[in-house]
Amino acid sequence: MIRGVIIGQYYPVRSTVHSMDPRAKILIATIFMVILFMGNNFYCFLAMGLFAVIAVLLSKVPWHVVVRTVRPMLFILIFTLALHLFLTPGPVLVRVGPITATWSGLVQGLFIGTRLVILIMFTSLLTLTTSPVELTDGLEDVLRPFSRLGVPHHELAMMMTIALRFIPTLLEEAERIMKAQMARGADFQSGNMLRRARNLAPLLVPLFVSAFRRADELALAMEARCYRGGEGRTRMKKLEMHRADYVGILLVLLASIVVVYLRIKFGPVIQGTV
Amino acid sequence: MPIEIEHVTYDYMPGTPSQVRALDDVCMTIRDGEFLGLIGPTGSGKSTLIQHLNGLLVPTSGRVLIDGLDTRAKGTDLRKLRQKVGLVFQYPEEQVFEETVFEDIAFGPKNLGVLGEEIEARVREAIALVGLPESLLQRSPFELSGGQLRRVALAGVLAMRPEVLVLDEPTAGLDPLGKREILGHIRRLHERGLTVVMVSHNMEDVAKLADRLVVLDHGRIVLDGTPREVFSHGELLESIGLDIPDVTKMMKELRKRGWPVRTDVLTLEEAYEEISGYLAGTKVGGPR
Repeated sequence: MIRGVIIGQYYPVRSTVHSMDPRAKILIATIFMVILFMGNNFYCFLAMGLFAVIAVLLSKVPWHVVVRTVRPMLFILIFTLALHLFLTPGPVLVRVGPITATWSGLVQGLFIGTRLVILIMFTSLLTLTTSPVELTDGLEDVLRPFSRLGVPHHELAMMMTIALRFIPTLLEEAERIMKAQMARGADFQSGNMLRRARNLAPLLVPLFVSAFRRADELALAMEARCYRGGEGRTRMKKLEMHRADYVGILLVLLASIVVVYLRIKFGPVIQGTV
Repeated sequence: MPIEIEHVTYDYMPGTPSQVRALDDVCMTIRDGEFLGLIGPTGSGKSTLIQHLNGLLVPTSGRVLIDGLDTRAKGTDLRKLRQKVGLVFQYPEEQVFEETVFEDIAFGPKNLGVLGEEIEARVREAIALVGLPESLLQRSPFELSGGQLRRVALAGVLAMRPEVLVLDEPTAGLDPLGKREILGHIRRLHERGLTVVMVSHNMEDVAKLADRLVVLDHGRIVLDGTPREVFSHGELLESIGLDIPDVTKMMKELRKRGWPVRTDVLTLEEAYEEISGYLAGTKVGGPR
């Protein structure tokens, strides 16, 4: 029932991308996102798409796995496309009663859609090739410069690690409690929304009680092992940047120059938009 | 109301790389009024098996018949089955959620559509069966001690008036007094005519209470018989990570040292009789 939900989507194979430093990967993904939103025509996207394709090929993650990551967003994609198609003013494409679809709407919808697809696929590649532990380690370092501004970088990373660690535990617990209540005749499947929501109390109350108890125990166990925050804390696995990491960053910077050039050369895909 | 388990096989996550066979061709019948002890090492499939007894899990292949009704068949009313077969999970106190003990015990009967005064009657009956005072009924369950809370959870299942009571490690995590009390109540429930299936890791407990033992290992039944028969296979039990009761072990040790005593002894009382009987026959205290 609940079992089988995929938590995190790390795809464990050995590849250049997998062995890169998580900090470099986070940096590359961030720069990539920025320039993706700077791109204002399809030529820019062609360049970025090419970059993404090469990254996927290097990562050795099979295509169907990468494509699958877009599926949860399919609804938003179609919704965006429809909104643009029907709500953008311009030359009429089709008219059905009071609803009109426009050419500029179609172009703009496709444009935004392409941007989203590239965005999802590329950022998924980050989580597909980086284990959650590496990811939080990397994030902690990437956020370190912001600690002067009061961002609790270590605490954030620790919270993420703990949350990730306890997702499967809580799922298992939820399944156990659900079964125990079903054995007492509880029904979680039928009834309308309101009824179903109310029927969740027998599941949620025990789940919260045990989650708080677990949190208490975890805090105690961490204190017993002298945890006192990030200050002076060393790491078991030290992160090191290698040649591949520098090359990757260089490439993404190169790509941003190309995109800026294409942006200036061809101009926006639709007049009057950025 | 017999429960027949016919060639039941159960796989977790079938069709995925992490497929695990939890039960492998299990056949057994739970007869009316018996006290069945289910033992086996961790991961042997005990918990999976008992979840088949009320249709929480249905077999991957094979079938389970409860009072002649197939749990996998479409028309079977699972809620009715769950009323007849009361299942008490491990650490049942963790499923308690209502504001008062009364409300929590009433949860099961309410789900079955029991109304008004009948609910009140059932709650009072159930709390008496587990030996708790009615004064607890208006208290919050979260104020009770661990042992009390477990008995409240047990009462929550008894209030559904099941014919078969299935318990998964009912004494886990309790102190000796709590343990003794809960086992006493289970024994009395059995004497009142309830069929009991009890999963346990404690060989002494099942030796004392059960009139039939089924031993599971790697999802298969390896032994099925009276406690006396089952515990005569000491080596087999040890090889799968189980044990025999301490008294039985002691009698075996005595025999090894030359005392001609019976070794199929299961309780302290039996051992006492056997040893004192032997000592009465000899003049000195022991051989030579």
